[in-house]
Amino acid sequence: MSQSLEPVRTPRSHPLVQLILARLREFCREPSAIFWVYVFPLIMVVTLGVAFRNQSAEKYEVAVVSSKRADEVRAALADDARFKSRITDQEESRQLLRVGKVDVVIRVPDSALGECEYSYDPSRPGSVLARDAADDLLQRRAGRRDAFPATNREVSEPGGRYIDFLVPGLLGMGLMGGGMWGVGFAIVDMRMRKLLKRYLATPMRRGHFLAGIMLSRLAFTLPEVLVLLVCARLWFGVEIHGSLVTTCLLIMLGAFQFAGIGLLVASRAETLETVSGLMNLVMLPMWIASGIFFSVERFPPLVQPAIQCLPLTPLIEALRRVILEGAGLGSIGLQLATIVAWGTVTFVLALRWFRWN
Amino acid sequence: MSLAICCHQLFKTYASKPPVEAVRGIDLEVGQGECFGVLGPNGAGKTTTIEILEGLLAPTSGDVQLLGMRWQDHPDAIRQKIGISLQETQFSDKLTVLETLTLFRSFYKHGIDPRAAIAQVSLEEKADTWVKRLSGGQRQRLAVATALVGDPELLFLDEPTTGLDPQSRRQLWDVVRDFRRQGRTVLLTTHYMEEAERLCDKIAIVDHGKVIAMGTPRGLIAGLGGDHVVEFTLEATAAAPPPLDLWRGLPSVTSCLCEEGWYRLSVVQPHIVIPAVLDQLERLGLRLASLSTRHASLDDVFVRLTGHALESREEREV
Ligand SMILES: Nc1ncnc2c1ncn2[C@@H]1O[C@H](COP(=O)(O)OP(=O)(O)OP(=O)(O)O)[C@@H](O)[C@H]1O
Ligand SMILES: [Mg+2]
Repeated sequence: MSQSLEPVRTPRSHPLVQLILARLREFCREPSAIFWVYVFPLIMVVTLGVAFRNQSAEKYEVAVVSSKRADEVRAALADDARFKSRITDQEESRQLLRVGKVDVVIRVPDSALGECEYSYDPSRPGSVLARDAADDLLQRRAGRRDAFPATNREVSEPGGRYIDFLVPGLLGMGLMGGGMWGVGFAIVDMRMRKLLKRYLATPMRRGHFLAGIMLSRLAFTLPEVLVLLVCARLWFGVEIHGSLVTTCLLIMLGAFQFAGIGLLVASRAETLETVSGLMNLVMLPMWIASGIFFSVERFPPLVQPAIQCLPLTPLIEALRRVILEGAGLGSIGLQLATIVAWGTVTFVLALRWFRWN
Repeated sequence: MSLAICCHQLFKTYASKPPVEAVRGIDLEVGQGECFGVLGPNGAGKTTTIEILEGLLAPTSGDVQLLGMRWQDHPDAIRQKIGISLQETQFSDKLTVLETLTLFRSFYKHGIDPRAAIAQVSLEEKADTWVKRLSGGQRQRLAVATALVGDPELLFLDEPTTGLDPQSRRQLWDVVRDFRRQGRTVLLTTHYMEEAERLCDKIAIVDHGKVIAMGTPRGLIAGLGGDHVVEFTLEATAAAPPPLDLWRGLPSVTSCLCEEGWYRLSVVQPHIVIPAVLDQLERLGLRLASLSTRHASLDDVFVRLTGHALESREEREV
């Protein structure tokens, strides 16, 4: 044995490098992992992008309750491309309004156009707009004059559409899911295989092991995010307005943060069921409240502090600022600090609580 | 000869419900260069003991020294010098044998080339095969290779040959012998009496968390008082079976046991005992169903000590 002693150490034979290499190899050899990581977010982007693409061009749905003058009203609405109208009876119109199939119901008495009655849902912005637009149209028809002439300039640039809002949200969601599942499952799987115990019996440094897991996670993240951003750009023209370096930095920090949380969640779990349950428990509030699909501001002020403390909220917020508004590092300092704090604290706690066998 | 392993009054109680006293006062002394075997039935406490020695489990009480060092004082130094294979480890499915060993090699300051470790366990052909595609025996050998790759002074193998075919088992024995020939120490556990007899310089038989006998295989067998065993069964009759003392009283018989209809006599000289047995049976009007004679083995030592056979008890517990 002694003749084959191997005293030379190349960087490649450093344990950290070897641990990272091992994780990368395992990942690349797992077709289903590739699917979930690369294909799934793309499917999300495409479906949601297509579903919400025409939102701004949507028409106001109007129901006119049948009466002698209903046709007159309908003809007036038909002249304006913004409206789509139908004539229904009283009962049906109420039904349609209730389920949101129409935005406003107009009832005109047989006698005169001047006494219209609008039924609408004040809690639905589309409904309110439709009521005002229809009223405006009918009032002008009846002879109302504008007090002064106004000019309108329509501005609809990439950056303000729903898809632009969505892509950073999906990016954040991907970082969360990838980091937590990628790290958590891998660890619990190794624990179940007694591989962690086997490692514990070697002189391997524990910090190397955990760092290897986190760093390999960062390495998987880069292509994953790149695919999403490139496709969003090609298909929907979603552009990154801020600096690429800042975006990358944010993404890496996000991946680091969720790898840390994943590590902590998996630090004691002994079965895949336990770890899945814990993961979902941790991620659920963020799916709902961290602003993936709609703005965080929709929640009441009372819960805002709690929402802002969730790890995903500052990440998505910062991504939107950088990608959509072109913000620089300076203006997302608070978010960056929150992200780094989450990552570091969870990593340190995981290192302390980690159960090896 | 200095001691490679020395443990004193080892106790381990698992805090499960109900608590399990898995190890109840074990003392072991293994000299440098020895191959030491721990034998015992399922649940005897072998794995618990070996994992305490390996530093993977904390004993409830007791003292462990490996190569003159204690776990609490020099954990890293000890880990650099020991190689282990657990009773059950599943290495990463999607790494190859060579990749797995290269990974393990990277943890040690000094060690052997991963390919040399592969050669030692004769897995050259499978060097580039994924672990997932290895047979059970090949995985076992990979586990031993991961123990060898750090060029250890002290090797712990927990049931290294369970589930191996006879040829792979012999190959593993050769690995252990080669290792020992370089003056290094091995501690292994096994269920196989034959393995312990052939491979080990010294043996501890463990049952219910205690060492019930310790010595060289020859010494333990000699302790039976006879080198041979005569076994027989009787044809079923209505009459009550004869008392064991009857057989014990025969010349040249040193002890007698009856288990499930099998009479086992430890004897010094079979040619004296067998005619005497036949005489007695004729006198009692009983007839033999079978009779055999063989050299005494460790199994007989075990039976003698515990009153039941290792193998059959294993089967019953499965
Ligand atoms: N983690 C645990 N918690 C509770 N009891 C345990 C635990 N591990 C082992 N035991 C119990 O301790 C006793 C000794 O177990 P151990 O694994 O040391 O036996 P062994 O001699 O290695 O058996 P085998 O030949 O089957 O491997 C058994 O009764 C077992 O049920
Ligand atoms: Mg065992």
